[in-house]
Amino acid sequence: MEWVTTVSMWMIPSIIAIILIAGTVKKVPTYETFVEGAKEGVSMSFSIIPYLVGMLVAITVFRESGAMEFFISLIRPALEMAGIPADIVPLALIRPLSGTGALGMTSDLIATHGPDSFIGRLASTMQGSTDTTFYVLTVYFGAVGIRKMGDALKVGLLADLIGVFASIIIVSIVFL
Amino acid sequence: MVNIIWVSLFVIGLVFAGINGTMDQVNEAIFQGAKEAVTICIGLISVLTFWLGLMRIAEKAGLLLGMSRLLQPIVKRLFPDIPKDHPAMGYILSNMSANMFGLGNAATPMGIKAMEELKSLNGGKDEASRSMITLLAVNTASITLIPTTVIAIRIQYGSVSPTEIVGTTILATACSTLGAILVDRFFYYRRMKRRT
Repeated sequence: MEWVTTVSMWMIPSIIAIILIAGTVKKVPTYETFVEGAKEGVSMSFSIIPYLVGMLVAITVFRESGAMEFFISLIRPALEMAGIPADIVPLALIRPLSGTGALGMTSDLIATHGPDSFIGRLASTMQGSTDTTFYVLTVYFGAVGIRKMGDALKVGLLADLIGVFASIIIVSIVFL
Repeated sequence: MVNIIWVSLFVIGLVFAGINGTMDQVNEAIFQGAKEAVTICIGLISVLTFWLGLMRIAEKAGLLLGMSRLLQPIVKRLFPDIPKDHPAMGYILSNMSANMFGLGNAATPMGIKAMEELKSLNGGKDEASRSMITLLAVNTASITLIPTTVIAIRIQYGSVSPTEIVGTTILATACSTLGAILVDRFFYYRRMKRRT
């Protein structure tokens, strides 16, 4: 699997080279065009701030107050009955809420159980297979000023749930 | 929906802090959360600025159009509301390809550009359109071929085979993406039914 790391390493530089060469061939004024497009990035980043501050403060308060832990302990018995290992439950619940939180929890699980244990492999798969729904929602909609989100949140969270169950089932079949 | 969840996160958190005596941590959390959000956005400036500049060149050079023509047959089915050869399609495709290779940093600017195009397609309203919800669903499920961060963590903790989870991750993301698309379709048809 050495090629995987090689491919990832070459990916971004290759994309940059292709874009710049194609631009030159098509006689695009590359540098001016770059600056013109890049300006947009600055204002866009600033426009995301209010959305992300609102979301992250709420999530941090919810987590630090102990409320998140309480709700996890409430539904833990039900999840365990469904065959979901208890150690993985906090990760599954925090994954849609906080990217850095989930990453920290994944490292923690891998450190405690070992990367090649069942929990370690499950945590790795789960971390890699879903994205932080709240972050994606906030950043993507925030940047272009969408306030009425419709069914987006429900769809995103249900997709996460499917990802969690898919991870558990697939890792169980492959590694057990 | 968002309003209710947002307020509930606060209210439930504050009530719990009162009961648990964790008001101290909550006070800290308020400022910590705000600071973290701003830090993320400041970090985004560098990436967004660079990639949006590059993407503008790609757009002018006709690369986006070429790519979207190539993959259009598949993605057209996912986004039936987007007209043929619309720039939104190109951005959606670049966003998806970047996600597949685990290039989250490159995927975000392209996803945002796609959203922008979709918004203008939707008449500039501040309401999420059908295609926007689909794009979001595909992104949160995030089709991944190479989970770079996870592999890095596994190497760090001395895994015998750090990349052995690539296969399971691909399978799991395929399932969650397929699930996301189905859930998205389900909600879309439910909305249509209600409207008529």
